[in-house]
Amino acid sequence: MNIPKGEMEKKNSFIRPILYLLPAIIIIAVFRFLPILYVMRVSLYKWGIGGAERLVGFGNYLRAFSDSYFWQSLTNTIWYVIFIVPLCIFFSLLIALLLNSKIRALGFYRTTFFLPVVTSIVAISMIWKWVYHPKIGLANYILTLLRIPPQGWLSEWRGIFEIMTGRDLPSLLAGPSLALLSIVIMMIWKSIGYNMVIFLAGLQNIPRHYYEAAQVDGAGRFAVFKNITWPLLSSTTFYVLIMTTIISFQVFAPVWLMTGPPAGGPLGTTNVLVYYLYDTAFNYSSYGYASALSMILFLIILTLTIVQRRMVESRVYYE
Amino acid sequence: MSKKLIIYIILTVGTILSLLPFYWMIATSLKTPIEAVQFPPTWYPTHPRPENYTEAWRTAPFGRYFLNTVFIALTTLVGVIITSALAAYAFARMEFKGREVLFTVFLGMMMVPMPVYIVPGYLILASFKWVDTYYALIIPWTVNVFSIFLLRQHFRIIPKALYDAATVDGCSELGFLWKIAMPLSKPAIATISIFSLLASWNSFIWPLVMTNRDTIRPVQVGLAYFIQEQSTNYTLLSAASTFVILPVVILFFFFQRQIIESHMKSGIKE
Repeated sequence: MNIPKGEMEKKNSFIRPILYLLPAIIIIAVFRFLPILYVMRVSLYKWGIGGAERLVGFGNYLRAFSDSYFWQSLTNTIWYVIFIVPLCIFFSLLIALLLNSKIRALGFYRTTFFLPVVTSIVAISMIWKWVYHPKIGLANYILTLLRIPPQGWLSEWRGIFEIMTGRDLPSLLAGPSLALLSIVIMMIWKSIGYNMVIFLAGLQNIPRHYYEAAQVDGAGRFAVFKNITWPLLSSTTFYVLIMTTIISFQVFAPVWLMTGPPAGGPLGTTNVLVYYLYDTAFNYSSYGYASALSMILFLIILTLTIVQRRMVESRVYYE
Repeated sequence: MSKKLIIYIILTVGTILSLLPFYWMIATSLKTPIEAVQFPPTWYPTHPRPENYTEAWRTAPFGRYFLNTVFIALTTLVGVIITSALAAYAFARMEFKGREVLFTVFLGMMMVPMPVYIVPGYLILASFKWVDTYYALIIPWTVNVFSIFLLRQHFRIIPKALYDAATVDGCSELGFLWKIAMPLSKPAIATISIFSLLASWNSFIWPLVMTNRDTIRPVQVGLAYFIQEQSTNYTLLSAASTFVILPVVILFFFFQRQIIESHMKSGIKE
């Protein structure tokens, strides 16, 4: 959309816009831009409670590579992402599809599914921790009603594949601990509503005549989904996929609230990347190392964001 | 016909699962401490004990936490609206060198994930002596790039004729922004306010790092420490959690259409 040139102020071409932009520029420079430069700088030092101690170059990054706690936190974060992203997409798309099929009380359902999105993670973590209580929690009560053996939930360090197969497995095959999976379940519950409305918006953007044509051809429900809905929804699905991945890499609050302190859950099995950098900085005052960890997180998310931008730019938009 | 029935059954089961944790929180908040730890648990409080609420409220300075959060949320919102309106206006309706570059830099800042800021943010604010002050909780969040982006979109489509008419009547640039451009952008301002207030109310990791004193803590951090201290006292924890989420839930029921649609739009525009 072009702006008519005539209405632009020409006489004070520079002073005025700068004055208008000044508040935003100052805040962004000091609190968004400077910290990024600063975190890069601090990451090159051994930096303790009293400030810089000595320059170590890439020492902090090398330290991460040989730090088993770092690898554990990265593995846990990746497990978290691998489980939450597809499950979240599946459930939110399912509900969006059901809500999009001309049902009554759409507003009621939409509101209830969205309620967990706006409620605070602190309160929600407390409720779920109580629901997951290994002895007297609601979750185990429901399991006993269904004649399934009660579980340790947030205090269970064994991998979920170990629990399912009932034998010891090497750590990568064991899968995420049940403690971590408990957090995944809660976070799916919390974020379904958000992704559901994004999918609903995407579904409503699919032109009606495609469906009418399919109806004329006598296509079944599954064929309609496979040949019309899914391909035409692909940009929405891709957006949800990348955004959920980006947000999930930053998981912190439920780990702090449900399985700490002192540290990321039973045997560190819920120790995720952000929790580890928080712990390193604020419990061990290792600001240099924590800054290097922040940079690693930043690079991971930056890569994902760039992938997303590239894919979106290469797409054609239909209005 | 039966297909519709299956849809309703799945949706109803989903609704129950969505609401069950909330129901469980409220039920626990009204139980006696003894009933709360019974196994098998009771589905509803047999001897309702509303005193849990007053007891929880008195055990920690929740009044103070609420006031802090309200103060932080409102001042942040005022800051966001002022900085966004001015910046968006400059980006939308003024021509100057480097405008597009600067706007791209602003948008680029949205790509930096929040947790990356906690360590450098803490060190910088500590050097300002701002840790444990309201400044640390307000000033860094008085600019929001998404809000600038949204208002800019609205300002760009205001017709030139309106501007000309206003200036002929002796309206200044700021006057035009405040009296004409802003009222015409009400939907955008509503969206910005909803996001800003929700973000302030629910923000956790930043105030967790930036506060040590009870007098400065916003409600989420206050609740988090309350939960740690009263770790097994589930009746009090449930009561406190209930009154902490209550304001947002009430607002949500009143403005649910606007809130949900704001989230919808923010998703599509990305």
